[in-house]
Amino acid sequence: MPRYIATRLLSALAMALLASLVVFLISALVPGDPVLAQMGDIAASNPATVLEWRAKWGLDLPLWERYGIFLRGLAQGDLGISIATRRPVLDDIVQYAPATVELATIAFVLAIGVGIPLGIAAAVWRDTWVDSLARVVSLLGVSAPTFWLAFIMLAIFYGWLGWAPGPGRMDPIAFPPEGPTGLFLLDAALARDWEAWWDAATHLVLPAIVLAAATIGLITRTTRAAMLDSLGQDYVRVARAKGLRARVIVLRHALPNALVPVVTLGGLAYANLLAGAVMTETVFSWPGLGRYTFRSAAALDFPAIMGITLLVSAAYLLVNLLVDLSYAALDPRVRR
Amino acid sequence: MPIARPRWRRRLQRYGPAWAGTAIVVTWLLIALFAPWIVPYPPDAQDIVNRLAPPSATHWLGTDVLGRDVFSRLLYGARLSLTAGFTVVLVGAAIGVTIGIVAAWSRGVVDEALMRFTDLVLCFPPIILALAIAAALGIGTTNTILAMLVVWWPKFARLARALALVQRSQEYVEAATVLGLAPIRILGRHILPNTLGPLAVLVTLDLGNAILTFAGLSFLGLGVVPPTPEWGSMVAEGRELVEQWWVAAFPGLAILTVVVGFNFLGDGLRDWLDPKTRLR
Amino acid sequence: MHGTGLLTPVLEVEDLRTVFLTDAGAVRAVDGVSFSVGPGEMLGIVGESGSGKSVTALSLMRLLEEPARIIGGSVRFQGQDVLAMTADQLRAWRGDRAAMVFQDPMTGLNPVVRILRQVTEHMISHGRQTPASARIRAVELLRRMGVAAPERAAASFPHEFSGGMRQRVMLAIGVANDPVLLIADEPTTALDVTIQAQILDLLRGLNQDFGTAIVLISHDLGVIGTVCRRVAVMYAGEIVEEAETAAVLTDPRHPYAWALVNAVPRLDSPAGARLVSIEGGPPNAIDPPPGCRFFARCPFRIARCEHDHPPLMEVAPGRRARCWVTADGQPLPPPPIAAAAAARTPAPEDRPLLEATGLVKHFPLPRSGVFGKPGTVHAVNGVDLRLRRGEALGIVGESGCGKSTLARLVTRLHAPTAGTLRFDGQDITRLSAAEMRPLRPRMGMVFQDPYASLNPRMTVGEALAEPLLAHGRVASRAAARDRVLDLMATVGLKPEWAARFPHEFSGGQRQRVSIARSLALEPDLVVADEPVSALDVNVQAQVLNLMLDLRERLGLSYLFIAHDLAVVRAFCDRVSVMYLGRFVEEGPALDVFAQPLHPYTVALTSAVPEPGRERVVLGGEPPSTLVLPTGCAFRGRCPVARAACEAPPPLAEVAPGRRVACHFPGSFRP
Repeated sequence: MPRYIATRLLSALAMALLASLVVFLISALVPGDPVLAQMGDIAASNPATVLEWRAKWGLDLPLWERYGIFLRGLAQGDLGISIATRRPVLDDIVQYAPATVELATIAFVLAIGVGIPLGIAAAVWRDTWVDSLARVVSLLGVSAPTFWLAFIMLAIFYGWLGWAPGPGRMDPIAFPPEGPTGLFLLDAALARDWEAWWDAATHLVLPAIVLAAATIGLITRTTRAAMLDSLGQDYVRVARAKGLRARVIVLRHALPNALVPVVTLGGLAYANLLAGAVMTETVFSWPGLGRYTFRSAAALDFPAIMGITLLVSAAYLLVNLLVDLSYAALDPRVRR
Repeated sequence: MPIARPRWRRRLQRYGPAWAGTAIVVTWLLIALFAPWIVPYPPDAQDIVNRLAPPSATHWLGTDVLGRDVFSRLLYGARLSLTAGFTVVLVGAAIGVTIGIVAAWSRGVVDEALMRFTDLVLCFPPIILALAIAAALGIGTTNTILAMLVVWWPKFARLARALALVQRSQEYVEAATVLGLAPIRILGRHILPNTLGPLAVLVTLDLGNAILTFAGLSFLGLGVVPPTPEWGSMVAEGRELVEQWWVAAFPGLAILTVVVGFNFLGDGLRDWLDPKTRLR
Repeated sequence: MHGTGLLTPVLEVEDLRTVFLTDAGAVRAVDGVSFSVGPGEMLGIVGESGSGKSVTALSLMRLLEEPARIIGGSVRFQGQDVLAMTADQLRAWRGDRAAMVFQDPMTGLNPVVRILRQVTEHMISHGRQTPASARIRAVELLRRMGVAAPERAAASFPHEFSGGMRQRVMLAIGVANDPVLLIADEPTTALDVTIQAQILDLLRGLNQDFGTAIVLISHDLGVIGTVCRRVAVMYAGEIVEEAETAAVLTDPRHPYAWALVNAVPRLDSPAGARLVSIEGGPPNAIDPPPGCRFFARCPFRIARCEHDHPPLMEVAPGRRARCWVTADGQPLPPPPIAAAAAARTPAPEDRPLLEATGLVKHFPLPRSGVFGKPGTVHAVNGVDLRLRRGEALGIVGESGCGKSTLARLVTRLHAPTAGTLRFDGQDITRLSAAEMRPLRPRMGMVFQDPYASLNPRMTVGEALAEPLLAHGRVASRAAARDRVLDLMATVGLKPEWAARFPHEFSGGQRQRVSIARSLALEPDLVVADEPVSALDVNVQAQVLNLMLDLRERLGLSYLFIAHDLAVVRAFCDRVSVMYLGRFVEEGPALDVFAQPLHPYTVALTSAVPEPGRERVVLGGEPPSTLVLPTGCAFRGRCPVARAACEAPPPLAEVAPGRRVACHFPGSFRP
């Protein structure tokens, strides 16, 4: 078991290093010239100014030296300066991250809480209305474009029915809760400001559902397939021959075996939620990393894009690592 | 004799979605092919007086901010979305399958290197990496497709390698070796035909994915240069117009139907190829 | 003898009918089965695959799943109607009063649940034990079942155990609540013969010690004969004969039972006897023929059998059969005694067709992570082998002994780690794949799994034509077609089947295709790796007879790999017994099995489930191939091992043509 963890840790570290190289190479080698993009046509027409710019950003050094500088900066938490906001990228990320983490976490809980029970029910009551419902939900979930779903939900529940509040994390005239985490629900609860808590919570409902939709679809589908497979195994028949209750057979014999693929997917899904937030946040004017990414992409703000890519890949690797470790907890055959 | 359920119902349950998927996909393909001849208005024709008109007899799906006919632009949009989807998936699959089969066939160091490289690409979230690359390459359809290709091939490489490894250890491949058949013949006549089925399923299911991703990147402003009709960018143009919902709603619905179609088709194909479900 | 007489039977089955609902119609899997089992009685049910024996077992426990359905009859357990039980009653009854053990121990245990909970959970849920007392009982049960270190085993997960150990755990689970009835569905089919003997011993012990009534289901009449007094023979969903097992084995009264008994090669049958095989397959199960269901295949049929469906009639005191021919109490004639086997002495040549010296194959295991040590599987550890032209050499051994690897070494599918290999005088040890290719036509190979060894996407015609065309053996496609039809005729396949795909054939037919393919290039040598072990006994007899014919007609040499001693004895001139990658004994097949000299061979032959055999049950299991034991590889399990066995014994000639790797050959006897 310790050996398994150590192996996983090492390979994750190696991957992270390689990922940083890839990110660096993309930003260093792509044809689109960030300098030209930033300087504007007039300044770019003057070769001297261009050279000055290049020197300022260290673009005249050999590639490996630039990677060394990049890595050293990375180790100190230096992701460069955003061209658009003129602030360190890390500061921007720290500012925008809590909104996204809050949204993605709620969406993840929603996806797990709906997807796994629905998938189990669909497998247990195969070919009944429950199964049909699960199929429709998962099909629509994986097929509907997130950005479109966001728009439709906003149009119906905010624009037409008026049941939900509009875009943003809180009412525009309300004061956001003061707090250490930047997660409004948590901060409001800590400050016992229940009015703000309720405001933040209602604002979370629509974006969380939208963001969770695709993941609900995937998790429902995977859980259903894994449960069907597990329920068809011999050990389930043995459990039936033992005279165990249906609930025990499903939850204690079939489910633990079905969880392995679901956990794989669930881990990736959480990382993908962080990425999928780009669309949702854009439509819901959610002041998070997603919208920051969108604005950086639109402005071709390279340091920002690369910083985010690096950060999200790191999160991806971390989640993958956790998934690998949870295999060991779920399946004794993996432990060595 | 008691019978569980009427035969037609079981048939419908089993084959209904596959046929529906085929119908949807074929319809969209025909629309994409014949768009210039069936649209009521040219897709770029502006009619400022009639801007943001709701759906009516003259403009079935209304008009957008510039007074362009949403229906015509929607039909035209099928061309780009389907082209992008097919290009990304087919080229991505070709690259991935080649790498996967080479890795499986060579084993050893080559295999190890190729698979580590594949893992490396897979350790980035696809949308973000594609976004970064597309941003680096610059706005435009070709660049966006290139960016998607970079993140698209690894899953095919993994699947192809896994399938080829399974086939390699099959007894009928051993039997072919014992008969003294040339490796190229074994690869072509025995291994490849038996890996095509699962690959075809992944390709079909993935077409929907690719169309979704391309539309997403376009929505973010990367896929196309403005006047070009494209579903994702059409939704983006209408995303603030909650009152004029038709501008964004219908292009999104178009994406939904195409993706549902490919999902149905892929699932149907998988059931059809799986001898376990085909029996009985 | 356990009394039946006046006591209420444990199980009474009356006219049980179970169908599978399919698109084509209702498949009658169990069609009017009746029998009863008295308290403490052991009843066997035997039949080929598809005969309905397993469906019967599942029906008794009401464990059937869609689309199977019980449509008639009754099942009474101690007078209680099982088919009328509610879901709750059923659950309270299953696993408590009646238990079941399934065929495959590898998949029957839940991989993510500790053994302890799997053994105890139904003791607790049925209210028989408290958690604490269940734990104690579980360890006791595991010990009773012969699980080594039961406390540690209880705390482990299933993947840490071999198939034999898992089946012991399954038995512990089965008897945990002291059931009145235990149904065992092919409990030893997935196991090696020495492990099978251990498990069958356990079953007998359970019956004696606890008085548990046992229904044992098997395809192997020999297995049933060693355990059960009474047997019911099933064919096409019906019981066709029910009698004392010994009576069926010596004097079967239904022609199907007769065929079953005589299709099985036995270690004590006369040398060179042909196996009885009946052609054809079971009848359509959706719309069975109106008369006797065995009519089409029956060698003894009379006019009445075609239209008049025979009931199960009393043909002698205590025995019933479903046959018009034996209805008058007459026995069936014995099988025709084969003409004395043509003396199969191959011409002694100075140059053997195949010769291996010191052949070794080690497989490196992938490292388990960065810090793991790469392990090595020692599959073949120094094998000397000489196969003369026209000879059939058998290699027997249990799973994991390296016999399949040896088959793949001599055909150079694998490259040897060490040693030399000569084919017809030419050294082929280090030939590359390309250099091997011209030699390939001279060696054919038949594989074990008739499903996996044919490409599912090629028709039989294409599969047979491919080697002909690839090696330029035929001038044209038309010539290839003629040759394909020739080949198909040779192995007894109809010419119109050439356009069919493998999945349209039965297992036996596929194995014929596989044999035809191995013969396509007219090889000198055919390597057959367990060619009949996946087949029903009757089909096995057909395929073995075919291979014998071909050998005589084409003068083939065979390297025949099998785990079934009697099959090897029936087919081979010489035999080598393999254990842990080495030959421990070799010699003429008849002599080796009549008078085995190595203790392992003695144990193997005595473990063969034939009635009347003096049994020595060999304890333990073969050691791991990851770390080879020092000295004699067998000494860990050997009943006569002594200090001298710490030195590895050479394979030495002890009598003309007989070689044994043992310091004390012949010292161990049953």
